Amino acid sequence: MATLLGVDIVYALPEGYLPLALQPNQDPEKRFGKHKEMRVLNDLPWNIEAQAHLLDDMVTPADKMFVRNNGLIPEKIDPDSWTLTIKGESVSKEKTYSLKTLKSQFPTHTYQLVLECGGNGRSEYYPPAKGNQWTIGAVSCAHWTGIRLRDVLQDVGVNDDAVYIGYYGSDTHLSRDPGKNPISRGIPLSKAMEDQTLLAFAMNGEDIPVAHGHPLRLIASGFPASASGKWIHTLSVRNKVHDGEKMAPPSYSVPCEPVEPGTEVPNEDMCIIEDMPVKSLITYPKSGALLKVGQNLNIRGHAWAGAKRIQSVQYSIDFGATWNACRLQNPVNRFAWQHFEADISFPGKGYYEVWAKATDSDGISQPMLTPGWNPKGYLNNACHRIAIKIS
Amino acid sequence: MQHLPSSLRLLLGAGLLVLVLVGLGVYFQAENNTIPEDGEIIHADAPLQVDGIEAQVENGIHVPTGLIADEGLRLVIAHCTACHSSKLVTQNRADREGWEKMIRWMQRTQNLWDLGEQEAAILDYLSENYAPVQTGRRPPLTDIDWYELKE
Repeated sequence: MATLLGVDIVYALPEGYLPLALQPNQDPEKRFGKHKEMRVLNDLPWNIEAQAHLLDDMVTPADKMFVRNNGLIPEKIDPDSWTLTIKGESVSKEKTYSLKTLKSQFPTHTYQLVLECGGNGRSEYYPPAKGNQWTIGAVSCAHWTGIRLRDVLQDVGVNDDAVYIGYYGSDTHLSRDPGKNPISRGIPLSKAMEDQTLLAFAMNGEDIPVAHGHPLRLIASGFPASASGKWIHTLSVRNKVHDGEKMAPPSYSVPCEPVEPGTEVPNEDMCIIEDMPVKSLITYPKSGALLKVGQNLNIRGHAWAGAKRIQSVQYSIDFGATWNACRLQNPVNRFAWQHFEADISFPGKGYYEVWAKATDSDGISQPMLTPGWNPKGYLNNACHRIAIKIS
Repeated sequence: MQHLPSSLRLLLGAGLLVLVLVGLGVYFQAENNTIPEDGEIIHADAPLQVDGIEAQVENGIHVPTGLIADEGLRLVIAHCTACHSSKLVTQNRADREGWEKMIRWMQRTQNLWDLGEQEAAILDYLSENYAPVQTGRRPPLTDIDWYELKE
């Protein structure tokens, strides 16, 4: 009746539709089995991040893995009828595989691989960038099992002019338009040919959770995780940079030359992000620890640098005036994160912050401030820090 | 009907109009209490009908969406939560130009419809209630939950 009584707009309510405003806020614990302390940034589409202390495990379990979606998670998935088609202008011959064939025809590999959202850290930029305001929790490092993308591409045959591989997945656009992909990104051929670039079908020894891409997911660790497409049904071998939804500027791109904060940058002056920069997290203790005078503090965490290795991790308790070395482990394989730890003693009572700074194998470190501003708020790899009080 | 007195004609006409209005009202009321079936596709191609939000406001916040209660709230819910959650709005901050740019991007690339005369009121609401907050080059640590560390 309100429609007819002095309301400005009159539109027919879609049949059977319950307005989102009236739907109860869904619980990610029930919906995805996520740990109750995971932070929901958005519930349509679903975007959930971890907190630093939740990422303490050496191998990230499913319940603490961040969730990132541009569209709607597919509902009805049948692995038995799932197929992967390789096509495109630079493929020798189009070919379609069943999941069963992929698993049996090609050798299987398992690697521990970092996935990090390009926008991890976005919340700290000023002027603010639009999008999910991730703090530090859009990163994970689980075991991924699958076949090498390279093996499939070599089986299919790729022409000499091939330069890019684009993916297409089964997620649905928010507007429910069946003609629109929420996202269709890709990777350069050189990345596609790496040992650790996988078409994965298992995570931590089990079927990949649906929210994370079951039954088939591309893993291109070291690149923004949007390159690691979920629910893949088609790969396109391109003779140019892939041009799917959200592949190119302004999406997942930064100004080719550094700009002042707040600058409007035309798309042609933006460059697509590939390798992400060095970063680290203190995962123990949780920020906010109260200690007694004389009590030493053991801290630990992880550091990662994509295709590069971590050379060192240091900590500071005086806001960067002095730095001390942490003990650092080697990665279990390329693209895995590396664990660090240290024992810290404090000079006396008071409020302290423990800052961690990782340096990669090229000698490049994390900045202490938010790095170069960019219009979409990507690549904030500034040092992580936790608060401590001694009394 | 011409042979009836004009007052009776008027009454009959009004009665018919009331019946039509009631019928339409019943139709709209009956259709807004079910959740979509599993696998059913609902097309978000128009804003939502939004009623009774005043009752859901507590301490200046519309509780189901988390949106600040201010003039224009109903329009924002109607247009801006048909496809995505209100959380996409409440997470973000921008000046008027910034919010307008987001709307244009959605209209250009994400199937958002023309907001018509409602656009000005929506931009008023967003720029008033979700404007950027200046922080230093590195925001300080906030919302610290202090606890005793046991080793």
